[in-house]
Amino acid sequence: MRIVLTGNHAVAYAALLSRVEVVAAYPITPQTQIVEKLAEFIEGGRLKARYIRVESEHSAMAAIIGASAAGARTFTATASHGLTYMNEMVFWAGNARLPIVMAIVCRALAPPWNIWTEHTDILAQRDTGWIQFFCEDNQEVLDTVIQAFRIAEDDRVLLPVMVGLDAFILSHTATPIDVPDQEDVDRFLPPRKPLPFILDVNNPLTHSNMTYPDQTMEFRYRLQKAMERARRVIVEVDEEYGRLTGRRYGGLLDCYKCEDADLGVIIMGSSAGDAKEAVDKLRDEGYKPGVVRIRVFRPFPKEELKEICGKFKAIAVIDRDLSPGLGGILHAETLASIYDLRSRPVVQNCIAGLGGRDIRVEDFKLIIKELYRGIEENIEIPPIRWIGVKGE
Amino acid sequence: MEIVLETPLSKPSEGSAGITGYWRTFKPVINKSKCVKCLLCWIYCPEGTVIRINDDVDINYTYCKGCGICANECPTKAIDMVLEE
Amino acid sequence: MSLKIKDLPTEEYWLPGNPSCHGCPASLGLRLLTKALGPKTIVVIPACCSTIIQGAYPKTSAKFPILNIAFAASAAAASGIAETLEFKCKEDVNVVVWAGDGGTVDIGLQALSGAAERNENIIYVCYDNEAYMNTGIQRSGSTPYGAWTTTTVTGKKEHKKNLPLIMAAHRIPYVATASVAYPIDFIAKLRKASKIYGMKYIHLHSPCPTGWRFPSSKTVEIGRLAVLTGTWILYEVENGVFKLNPPSNTLIDKNRRKPVKNYIKMQGRFSHLTDEDIDELQIYVDEQWEIYLKLLSVGKIY
Repeated sequence: MRIVLTGNHAVAYAALLSRVEVVAAYPITPQTQIVEKLAEFIEGGRLKARYIRVESEHSAMAAIIGASAAGARTFTATASHGLTYMNEMVFWAGNARLPIVMAIVCRALAPPWNIWTEHTDILAQRDTGWIQFFCEDNQEVLDTVIQAFRIAEDDRVLLPVMVGLDAFILSHTATPIDVPDQEDVDRFLPPRKPLPFILDVNNPLTHSNMTYPDQTMEFRYRLQKAMERARRVIVEVDEEYGRLTGRRYGGLLDCYKCEDADLGVIIMGSSAGDAKEAVDKLRDEGYKPGVVRIRVFRPFPKEELKEICGKFKAIAVIDRDLSPGLGGILHAETLASIYDLRSRPVVQNCIAGLGGRDIRVEDFKLIIKELYRGIEENIEIPPIRWIGVKGE
Repeated sequence: MEIVLETPLSKPSEGSAGITGYWRTFKPVINKSKCVKCLLCWIYCPEGTVIRINDDVDINYTYCKGCGICANECPTKAIDMVLEE
Repeated sequence: MSLKIKDLPTEEYWLPGNPSCHGCPASLGLRLLTKALGPKTIVVIPACCSTIIQGAYPKTSAKFPILNIAFAASAAAASGIAETLEFKCKEDVNVVVWAGDGGTVDIGLQALSGAAERNENIIYVCYDNEAYMNTGIQRSGSTPYGAWTTTTVTGKKEHKKNLPLIMAAHRIPYVATASVAYPIDFIAKLRKASKIYGMKYIHLHSPCPTGWRFPSSKTVEIGRLAVLTGTWILYEVENGVFKLNPPSNTLIDKNRRKPVKNYIKMQGRFSHLTDEDIDELQIYVDEQWEIYLKLLSVGKIY
C-alpha cells in the first residue's frame, strides 16, 4: 500500500505494524505527531495496546522498562531535551538488555532553544548500550523501525534500539511511502519471546540488586559481545527484509558510487541525499567521489569503513554534531576505524548544519572540490572546517 | 548461551548476608513456661528468625541478629536477652 | 478488623540472614507485606535501604519477583508493569512499589504524582524512616522538624512533608497511614488495597534504630509511642471518606494522648532539643490534630 506520510507518521505506522503492546511517551517538538498518531491508533481500536500518558520522558523510559521487564513489546519516542532528561534510564535499559525500540527525532539542544536538526542529542547516548540507526528518508524510517524490533528481540542481541530521523527534514516532510501489509510484517516479526527475563511470580527472581566488582565486569563484557553479534544480525535482518519487500539498505553502511571512487564523503542522516546529488553532479564534471552513509552508528562499522576508506585518497567526514573540545564525533570514530590502514587517506572534518542550518548541494560540491584541489596541488588541508559559519 | 546471565538476576536464598547469627552480642532465650503463645514475638521479628510451628515459637539462631525486639515486646517477659559466650 | 495474628500465614517470603541492620523496620515491613499479599506480588524497589537488604548478586532475600529501578523511577516503572499485566490479562498479580521516603517524597514525587493522576493499578507503599538512610542518614522532605541528620546537624528547620494528604488531593481510591508497630492494621490495609482497582497509597511509619539513634530492641516500642502520643496518626481515606483507625480514633481528646516528650526523649536524633523546642513540637502535634479533626467532620473530602 502506498501512502503519503511524514517521517513521524511513518514511525507510527511502523509501530502499528510491529504490534507494539505498551507505549509510554511524552510530547516534545518535533516528535509530537508520532505519539498523537499512536494515540489515535490505540484509542480508535486499530492498535491493541496500552498507552501510558506519562508525566515526563524520564518516567516514559522507566515505564517502558517496567513494561518490557513484564514481557511486553514496547515503544517510545523523543528528541533533544526529552532524550537528555531520559538519559539515566536510557543507560538503565541498555544495561538491563531489554529489547526496547525508540524513535529519536534528532534535534538541537539548548541553550539557545532551537527545534531544528542536529545529531548531538542522539550521539550523546552512544555509550548507553543501545544500537543506533540514522535514516536518510521516510521510507527507511518506516522500514528501520520494523527491523529494529526484530534486531532487538533476537536472542543473539537483546539490546534496545534507537532509530534517528532528522527534525523537520524527515519528521515533518511528507513523501510517498510503501507501507508493507500486516501479514508480511507478522511473518517477518514473530511475537516477543520472554527474553532476557520476565518478572514472573512462578519463578521469583530479583533483577539488578547490588553486584560487587568481582561480578559486574562480566555483564559489561557480555553487552559488548552482544553489540559485536548485532553487526551480523543487522545485516541478516536487512537482507531478509529486502527479500520480503524489495528494499535493502546495505546493512551497517550505505555506499553510493564507492566502488570506483577515490574520495569519500562520510555522513549520517538525511543530508546524505544532498551529498549524493553533489556526487552525481561532480561525476558529470569528471571527478570520482562517493558517499559512505553510516546507517548504524552503534555498533560502529569499523571494519567495513576501514575497508572502504582504504581505496580513498581523501575523506570528508560530515558531522552534524559537536563534541566541544574534540570536534566531530563521527570524525573521531572514523579516525579510530582507519588507524590500522597501511596507507591512510587525508581526513577532513566538516562541522555542518548545527542547529538545523541548511547543508546545501553547493556546500558538498565545495567541500569535495577543495579536497581534490588540496591533494592535487599538495597544499595543506585544514583538518577541521566549519561550513557556512559567519566569521570563521 | 545462558540467557539468564546476560543481565543480573538473583535467586532467593537464606543468608544473603552470610550467617548473620555472628552479628549477635546478646541472644534471645525463650522461657517456655512463661510463654502464652501470643505470637507477638513472631510477628514483630524483623528477620523472621522466630520460627512458628502451630503456636509454639523457637529461635533460628543461625540468622537471629539479637536485636532484642522480641524480648522487648513479649507481654509476659518470657524472653531473656542473654550475653553470648 | 477481625484479623488475628494466629490467622496469618507462617510461610516466609522475606528470608532471614539478609543485610538489614538489627531491628530494621524495612525488613519487618517486607515480611508483613508478603504476609498480607502472598507470593503473587511483583515489587518495584527504587534506590533505598531495601535495595541493599536484598543482599548481593547472585543471591536475594526475596521469594517474590523484584524489579530494582533508579531512584526517581519507581512509580513509573510500576505503571509499566501494571499496564502490561492488564494487557496480558494477568489480573491476579499485585504490583507493589516499596519505596523509602526519599524516593517518594523528594526525587520520586513527580513519577508518583503522575501515576496517581493516571490512577494506575498499583499499591504504593512508602516505608518512611524519615531520612535518606541508605546513603548515611541525610535529611529528606520527610524528616521531622528538629531532627538531627548529617545534613541538618543542628536539627531540621522545616516540618515534614505531608505525603498522605498530598496523595488524597490526587483523589485516588485509597490512601492510608500505617506503622510497623501495628502489623495487623498494616496487613489489613494492604489486603483491602489489593481488592481495589486503581492507585492505592500506604505510608508506613518505620522507626530506624541506626538513623534515629535508639537501641535496636525499641523499634516497635517507639513506633507505638509515635501513635499513642498522636505524633503519627493512623487513618484511611477511602474514596474520599476520611476515617481514623484504632488506636488513633481513641485519641481525639488530647488528654488521652501521651505527651510528645515521651516519644522525643527516646530518640538520640532529638537529644539536642531544649524543653522549649519540645513544647513547640507538642503544640504542632496538637495543631495537626485540629486539622485532621476538621477533615473528619467534613466526612467526604472528595
